[in-house]
Amino acid sequence: MSGLALRGVACLRGGRLLFEGLDLALAPGEAALVTGPNGVGKSSLIRIAAGLLAPAAGSVECEGARALMAEAPALDSELPLAAALNFWAGLDGRRDVVPDVLASLDLGPLAQVPVRMLSTGQRRRAALARVVASAAPIWLLDEPANGLDAASVALLEGLIAGHRAAGGIALVATHLPIALPDAREVRL
Amino acid sequence: MSIYASLIWRELRRAWSTGGLALPLVFFLLVAILFPFAVGPDAKLLGRIAPGVIWAAALLAALLPVERLVSPDLESGVLDQLAVRGLPDSGVAAAKVAGHWLGFAPALLAATVIASGLLQLPGEGLAPLLLGLLIGTPGLAALGVATAALVAGLRGAGALAGLVMLPFAVPLLIFGATADQPGALKLLGAVSLLLVAGCPFVAGAAVRMGRS
Repeated sequence: MSGLALRGVACLRGGRLLFEGLDLALAPGEAALVTGPNGVGKSSLIRIAAGLLAPAAGSVECEGARALMAEAPALDSELPLAAALNFWAGLDGRRDVVPDVLASLDLGPLAQVPVRMLSTGQRRRAALARVVASAAPIWLLDEPANGLDAASVALLEGLIAGHRAAGGIALVATHLPIALPDAREVRL
Repeated sequence: MSIYASLIWRELRRAWSTGGLALPLVFFLLVAILFPFAVGPDAKLLGRIAPGVIWAAALLAALLPVERLVSPDLESGVLDQLAVRGLPDSGVAAAKVAGHWLGFAPALLAATVIASGLLQLPGEGLAPLLLGLLIGTPGLAALGVATAALVAGLRGAGALAGLVMLPFAVPLLIFGATADQPGALKLLGAVSLLLVAGCPFVAGAAVRMGRS
């Protein structure tokens, strides 16, 4: 049973208190939408939830694997897209799903194109493909809609809905509107 | 394929495909070629200084790839992604050391054979020199990865890397360049082992601190 719980979490960056006393518990099928203006600590919250940043106070409990989509795509730029995704899928032991995941994100025709040749939106979708391929129950998405066109945002919403329907958890930080039905709203 | 094997393979692939290996080797040979021009064609003198010259050249050549060892992975988020998957940063650094050594050392040994010819190294001196490099280069690779992690993300990282790395490499240089003396190889092995054992933890701690 997967779950993500933040209890009384505070975030201190560069001597400035960004937020404190944040409580959030997500059970399978649930999602939370983190919103707020620039610099308020949305990305820091995602990094705290990912375990990359220690909270200044409070604790983070996490059951199950996490998949992070941050600003950087973390795909080797000199490799073809499929090979770059294969590296991560290989680490997760799920190399066989890469072609299907690429197709589900409309990236099938780009599989042999080097990552450095991809456009911003295509690169974002590739990073999303890495999250989908990981099969981790907990998705942590930092500004996933940045650089995506309307059709791709709809694709993203569909993927998150499918993930939740299968018992997954999603924590999404965004300043662009993303439709997440019944999502908990965290306003920083 | 296990996780660490694929990490090592990725290091090797990136070292060869991005040209990060050819440049240090050409630089190494170039330094070796400069010496006969500088000190004159006296075969005896050249043969005597050859091991020292080759070790100094190897040290300088080992500095060149430092900037591509950790910094690109930090910027592209690869290190974060590995950490999210629960891999210890020091384990990732150890894989980087192994990958770096596997790419760098064989090519350096091959280039050393060429350089020793250019420097008129006597034939019986080649074997201890190669053996010394074989023993010393793992330490050099580990030191390179630790330095790369320490300076990653800083401005002027390349120049700083030299200041950080070269003082720690002096013991390798001393025992490596005198590899034909009794006991030198054992001390070289001790220094190299110490660096290989300690540097992944230094690099891992540097990466962790860089996140906060």
